[in-house]
Amino acid sequence: MTARTVRRWQFRQPSVIPGFGLALGVTLSWLFLIVLIPLSGLALRSSALGWEKFWSLATDERTLNALRISFGTAFAAAAVNVVFGVILAWVLVRYRFPGKRIIDAVVDLPFALPTAVAGIALTTLYAPNGWIGSLITPLGIKVAFTPLGIVIALVFVGLPFVVRTVQPIMEEIDKEVEEAAATLGATRFQTISRVLLPGLAPAVLTGFALAFARGVGEYGSVIFIAGNLPYVSEIAPLLIVIRLEEFNYPAATAIAAVMLVISFAMLLIINLIQAWSRRRYGYGA
Amino acid sequence: MAHDFTSTGHHTSETVRTATSESRLARYGLIATALCFVALFLLLPLAVVFTEALRNGPGEFLTVLRDPETFSAIRLTLLVAAIAVPLNLVFGVCAAWAIAKYEFKGKAFLTTLIDLPFSVSPVVSGLIFVLLFGSHSLIGPWLQSHGIQILFAVPGIVIATVFITFPFVARELIPLMQEQGTSDEEAALSLGASGWQTFWYVTLPNIKWGLLYGVLLCNARAMGEFGAVSVVSGHIRGLTNTMPLQVEILYNEYNFVAAFAVAALLALLALVTLILKTLLEMKFSAQIAASRRH
Repeated sequence: MTARTVRRWQFRQPSVIPGFGLALGVTLSWLFLIVLIPLSGLALRSSALGWEKFWSLATDERTLNALRISFGTAFAAAAVNVVFGVILAWVLVRYRFPGKRIIDAVVDLPFALPTAVAGIALTTLYAPNGWIGSLITPLGIKVAFTPLGIVIALVFVGLPFVVRTVQPIMEEIDKEVEEAAATLGATRFQTISRVLLPGLAPAVLTGFALAFARGVGEYGSVIFIAGNLPYVSEIAPLLIVIRLEEFNYPAATAIAAVMLVISFAMLLIINLIQAWSRRRYGYGA
Repeated sequence: MAHDFTSTGHHTSETVRTATSESRLARYGLIATALCFVALFLLLPLAVVFTEALRNGPGEFLTVLRDPETFSAIRLTLLVAAIAVPLNLVFGVCAAWAIAKYEFKGKAFLTTLIDLPFSVSPVVSGLIFVLLFGSHSLIGPWLQSHGIQILFAVPGIVIATVFITFPFVARELIPLMQEQGTSDEEAALSLGASGWQTFWYVTLPNIKWGLLYGVLLCNARAMGEFGAVSVVSGHIRGLTNTMPLQVEILYNEYNFVAAFAVAALLALLALVTLILKTLLEMKFSAQIAASRRH
């Protein structure tokens, strides 16, 4: 073995394109300054609390309830979005109908509309004297100022995550697969439920996880409609704000740290789903 | 050739059902479900905003917007976006250049780190800056003794907004530039162009629509951010209230017409964003398709 064949460890492969140092330098400095240093500050502050103090703050009755409400409502909303998001994506990919392009554009409204605007609009809509509220209140259904209102707000916020994750994958489905299923005697319902939907599962799961993660952290659209009753309809981000206003920084830090750990776990799960999906189905959702 | 394998009855001449499409009933049912859902959850809230804003006629709508506190909120929102968006534009181009044009160790990890702000709750994003710059922090006392006000002032709002909108431009550009590869740049360089010339005359024209798309989304979020800004702003009326915060204050004061008037301006911004976004997607679908997979 000559010295020439020994591969030296290289940070980057050679390239004739200039500017690597500058571009990576700006990227890393900005990343450290804006994202990594502030986030590690939170980690530092919560570790400074000490494990026992941290644990007692994180498992405080009101905190646990807030976390339970945040995660529960986000889960319910993401589940609703999976059902209607998949139907919506299917309709947009497969059918032609008047106004389709407008509907397709409107799906992104929750990305573009400020959350506070969505919040007051939904509250006005579902309040007992609102357009929808006045219809359902006589039926005994209360939405505004209850946990159900939180779910409604999170459905609004999370919908585009499911549609926009599933839609491109649906567009790529090979028509031949459906034809094969049909010639083998499958009914249309069987083809969809046994052939098409399993292939969409990773994309649907990713969409669910994205909508769920967004819902857990959501604040602006929820606080108006939630009623914010401690132990009943108080979400975790609101409790952080309340603790901050009381200058109770340790409690705010502990709740934030718990939420951050869980959302990073969600991020990891999403990445794992995508890696699994690439191996199993040949695409990353 | 549309042979009919499965349908049992009537076909009209226009719609012959094939083995790979649903029955007409199922089709209409699904379309109706989707439309109702969109109308109920997306269109009605939008309609409410404008109806409530114009409840007392367009005259009052305009009067309300002329209120000095509302006016200063509009100005602050524009100022914050005018600082935060260009900063993230430069960052986004640099990050995409480094990640898309080169192969280096830890690239995937770097991409994940750039996306990190998307998975942090807005309130937590605000909180980390309160912890960083607050009076109990390491640099808080130093800032105070030098008379530098970051929290509860414009700099804090800008920094929180930059954090929230950090990934927008980069994540639109990275897939686009990865797809375009490096051959255009290599050709320009081999013909004697300098690095900057290559960037200005070759790369930038290639990515301009994708870049505009990213800036559009970044701007919408920068102007509409509520949670993070609410935590760092201190809600000082006429000074540190952005438009979304002004909406909250007016709403909590039961000044609904004024709250919805400001909200209507923000909703208009959202509509303009959606229209431009759709136009960009229609005209430059090839360029933007790569980045449409959120």
